[in-house]
Amino acid sequence: MSERQAIDTLVNEFRAGAPRALARAITLCESGRGAAVVAALYDRAGEATTIGITGPPGVGKSTLCSGLVRTARGIGKRVGVISIDPSSPFSNGALLGDRIRLAEHFTDPGVFIRSMASRGHLGGLAGATADAALLMDAFGLDVIIIETVGAGQSEVEIASLAQTVIVALQPGSGDSVQVLKAGILEIADVFVVNKADHPMANQLRREIRSMLQIMEYRGWIPEIATTQALSGEGIGELWAAIERHAAYLNESGEIERRRRDRFLHQVRAIAAGRIRELVERSVGGEAIGNGDPYAAAARALKGLGIEE
Amino acid sequence: MRPLRIVVAKAGLDGHDRGAKVIARALRDAGMEVIYTGLFQTPEQIVQTAIQEDADGIGLSILSGAHMTLFPLVLEQLKAQGAQDVVFFGGGTIPPDDAVALKKMGVRAIFTPGAPLQEIVDFVKAECGKERSLLSN
Repeated sequence: MSERQAIDTLVNEFRAGAPRALARAITLCESGRGAAVVAALYDRAGEATTIGITGPPGVGKSTLCSGLVRTARGIGKRVGVISIDPSSPFSNGALLGDRIRLAEHFTDPGVFIRSMASRGHLGGLAGATADAALLMDAFGLDVIIIETVGAGQSEVEIASLAQTVIVALQPGSGDSVQVLKAGILEIADVFVVNKADHPMANQLRREIRSMLQIMEYRGWIPEIATTQALSGEGIGELWAAIERHAAYLNESGEIERRRRDRFLHQVRAIAAGRIRELVERSVGGEAIGNGDPYAAAARALKGLGIEE
Repeated sequence: MRPLRIVVAKAGLDGHDRGAKVIARALRDAGMEVIYTGLFQTPEQIVQTAIQEDADGIGLSILSGAHMTLFPLVLEQLKAQGAQDVVFFGGGTIPPDDAVALKKMGVRAIFTPGAPLQEIVDFVKAECGKERSLLSN
């Protein structure tokens, strides 16, 4: 079977609704070989709601995710989950353990869960996360939840991909709000104070609220939801906040801007990836002792026809 | 080459996951992407995980004595889902006669206590992924 035929078979199985075809299509994209599959399925995408969950390690992102899946299933939505964990910079291997919290959904045919390793990609996502979301959308899933790696301050790429970004914080983690003022706090559409049974939960709420007061927002002002993800408490409130944000996006027309941002973000990532490969090849022949690094870089770019 | 993706699973009423975690770490350190299911999974949950994760292999750890029940159930599920190309192997406190019987049923390898990690890593590297279609390499 030729590669072309294999892709046709895969696309047909995908259109027929086979979960294995979706799984394999995502693998192809992860390997940088997804162009033909995405081209064949792109027209089917565009309906899904995408929700991003980010926050520091251990805050309860996976457990929140599981609660949101339960809520979405309760109202008949089909759900995709993309859960990203870091790859080891030494072995390139990864331990993907976010599924543990999602076990109750494993055999639900209306839920598709995919763990992704970051494979060296920075920004809190994996390089193929946008592709995976697009494919899940094309597969007919209504809600796609993307859970980032445990994020510190600058893992903000999720904002380019999700319609609604949830930033989860936990009480008692020091002066977290002060520390995080720039970066991930700026991308939140909804804040979640998880582990609400913690004695310092109210203090964290106050800190977030006072931070919101000194920030300048045009249009949507981030909401604060309080949850105990493990028991499910507050998940309904969180879901309602997500729906209010979705309604805001639609009414204000902001949704179109976000769609455009997402599209351009993906185009840039694909184009930049290609250029990086070319540069890699072009620089490979440069030896030390042949002038300064700027000169060597200029030679490499000239070789690629990018610079005169 | 893309990294191999391996599901490491614990099934049934068996809370002993030390071995599974040691294996998961060894496979990770060998450059693989290891998806750990957590404890108390049913065969159906394990096979659905392998399908959605597009895994090349499933490693099942059983220390409860229920291996002659759970391994065949996973094989059955793999067959039902048309996923026999996923390499299914396992380990635990499994007597030699049972290991022979399980291999006859289609379990590709059984590793018992004392098996060197390198042997398991070598097995996974050699066997997993090689039967998959040309689109998956």
